[in-house]
Amino acid sequence: MYRYDSYDHRFLEERVAQYRDQVRRRLAGLLSEDEFKPLRLMNGLYLQLHAYMLRVAIPYGTLSSRQLRMLAHIARRYDRGFGHFTTRQNIQFHWIKLEETPDILADLATVEMHAIQTSGNSFRNTTADPWAGAAVDEIEDPRPYCEIIRQWSTLHPEFSFLPRKFKIALSGAPSDRAAVRIHDIGLYLRRNEAGEVGFEVLVGGGLGRTPLLAETVRTFLPKRHLLSYLEAILRIYNQYGRRDNLYKSRIKILVQSLGIARLRDEVEAEWAAMDKEELSLPEDAIADMARHFPAMDPTPAPADGDAMRAALAAEPGFARWVEQNVAPHKVPGYAIVNISLKEPGATPGDCTGEQMELVADLADRYGKGEIRVTHEQNLVLPQIRRVDLLALWRSLASARLATANIGLASAIIACPGMDYCSLATARSIPVAQRLALALAPREREIGDLQIKISGCINACGHHHVGHIGLLGVDKNGEEFYQITLGGSADEHAAVGAIIGPAVKSDEIVHSVDTIVDVYLRLRADGERFPETYRRVGAKPFKEALYAAH
Amino acid sequence: MPLIKGGRFVADPWHALSDDEPIPEAPRLIVSYARWLKERDVLALLPAQLGLRLPNDVSAAKLGDDLDRFALIALSFPRFTDGRAYSQARLLRGRLRFTGELRAEGDVLRDQLLFMRRCGFDAFTVSERALFEDWLQAFREFDVFYQPAEDRQISLLRRRLAAARGDFTVA
Repeated sequence: MYRYDSYDHRFLEERVAQYRDQVRRRLAGLLSEDEFKPLRLMNGLYLQLHAYMLRVAIPYGTLSSRQLRMLAHIARRYDRGFGHFTTRQNIQFHWIKLEETPDILADLATVEMHAIQTSGNSFRNTTADPWAGAAVDEIEDPRPYCEIIRQWSTLHPEFSFLPRKFKIALSGAPSDRAAVRIHDIGLYLRRNEAGEVGFEVLVGGGLGRTPLLAETVRTFLPKRHLLSYLEAILRIYNQYGRRDNLYKSRIKILVQSLGIARLRDEVEAEWAAMDKEELSLPEDAIADMARHFPAMDPTPAPADGDAMRAALAAEPGFARWVEQNVAPHKVPGYAIVNISLKEPGATPGDCTGEQMELVADLADRYGKGEIRVTHEQNLVLPQIRRVDLLALWRSLASARLATANIGLASAIIACPGMDYCSLATARSIPVAQRLALALAPREREIGDLQIKISGCINACGHHHVGHIGLLGVDKNGEEFYQITLGGSADEHAAVGAIIGPAVKSDEIVHSVDTIVDVYLRLRADGERFPETYRRVGAKPFKEALYAAH
Repeated sequence: MPLIKGGRFVADPWHALSDDEPIPEAPRLIVSYARWLKERDVLALLPAQLGLRLPNDVSAAKLGDDLDRFALIALSFPRFTDGRAYSQARLLRGRLRFTGELRAEGDVLRDQLLFMRRCGFDAFTVSERALFEDWLQAFREFDVFYQPAEDRQISLLRRRLAAARGDFTVA
């Protein structure tokens, strides 16, 4: 993991002192709420329905056990004992007092964490593959580049007041576990014909009112030019992005109005005119950063053999969990363990302080102290010896953390919705809970199915890219859900299509059940939901859904 | 309105000409971009030093050789959330090598001053509040900067690289 040096520590101390003074000025009445708002937002502090919400950055979803323990401490000391992991690989605390926020940030700084730019119209946390460094199909570990981007984009003097928020995602593997194409800038590590590794650069993805997938602006960018090229894109956006309408301010709208070809011309012209030397990344600069993320020892761990076979036979719950939540690792004898925060009936992404402590302890005992957060709101232990799986599973199960539903219907992604959020128009959490409970009994038969729920058009629950997406809308004080089908956030990314009129909240379980029935009836062997949907089209789903009424 | 320059409050030696005002006898005049376009030939012949007030949706690159005629460029922040002038300033300082005064005007608030200075601004028109609040302190809140900008601070990227290469001339 990246470890701070004395400069990083000093920077963060300066930042905490600056913020403490901003809060002092606000409480003394020297700053109006209007003036304070962008300052607190630069530090991740939102004013929500019932209290302040603090969003803490988890850079590219990577945590140490020490950091996770600090999050547990914050949950207990400053909140009501739990935190909420988000679709941006961050964590939110929903019951925060303004006057305590400087102390929270000071506590976070002791473990090299902060809340800088977790909101506001600037760079947000870079999304990355939660299996980085462990995935079988990885070209290179994306984390050194994510950290380089994090540092470059931290309090960037030119780009702290962009037209709108700005999100970058980076995947080091062809299997996209970072939802790259729904980001403002997407980066795929690619190998060119000469065998060199560089980036494919995509621009203009995003969800919200106008869901669009990012398009390729450059098929191959040498590594050394990563930052200058990003700066060229941002400079074009900062000057030409719309500022007159909140809903048309993201870079995707600029791409849509100019077209990708003209945007490419603008970016390339800006890039050609730039002084690239200041921002260039020579090989030793990249190697220096990569040293923070050492490659795993390729020595295989002991084979699990007979003991494992016996345990799988004796413990059906363990066998199910291994099948569903454990993924292959690039080093033989190791596994990637996914911890579901989606127990049916619970709030998706919520985690108590005690659970965080336990995961931190288990990471220390079995997993070299490393934890990842996924954009599906789950946790990952990226390097576990297979011989330790049974003991790990038992400990997780004792804290209700062994739900074997990764990728299944009950592992629903949902935003906090109207239970917390002042933007929401519907309560996404209770809908997620009811759906998860209803679908869990047959989810193994259903197989891979991603249901994503957003409580408003801002789409924090990524509903557009759910296999089944649900968007809460308010119709004269009553909650309805608009259903989209066929979306996907992986390397075959697609925006789902609205299937028909929105359904009432109390009909949503029946509607999703109906959709699942049609899928089970029509699917060919091994076909996942989006593939079936693409093959048979909307018609059979529409007929089943609306004919009954 | 108070003017901050060189890390302190100073008197403003410039006269800002409104568009319908007759040209006075003044040693330093700031004219709008619109008036410059309209009366360029007259203005260029004045003995006064000229400053230009450039709207934030006009690229400084459009000025071409005219840039050399100006001893001051004033860039505008209509609202502090409108950050276009940061890019204009970097273009003027970094690429066009403008060495005159670069002045921030409009909704210029305390907590943006350091960003502005890093982008190349060296003068700031601020509200009266700045006189009795601690605005000058804003320039000193950070001395660690991750990225290169126009303030010639050595970015951490370069600082660390120099250290790794054993080059201790980059302190």
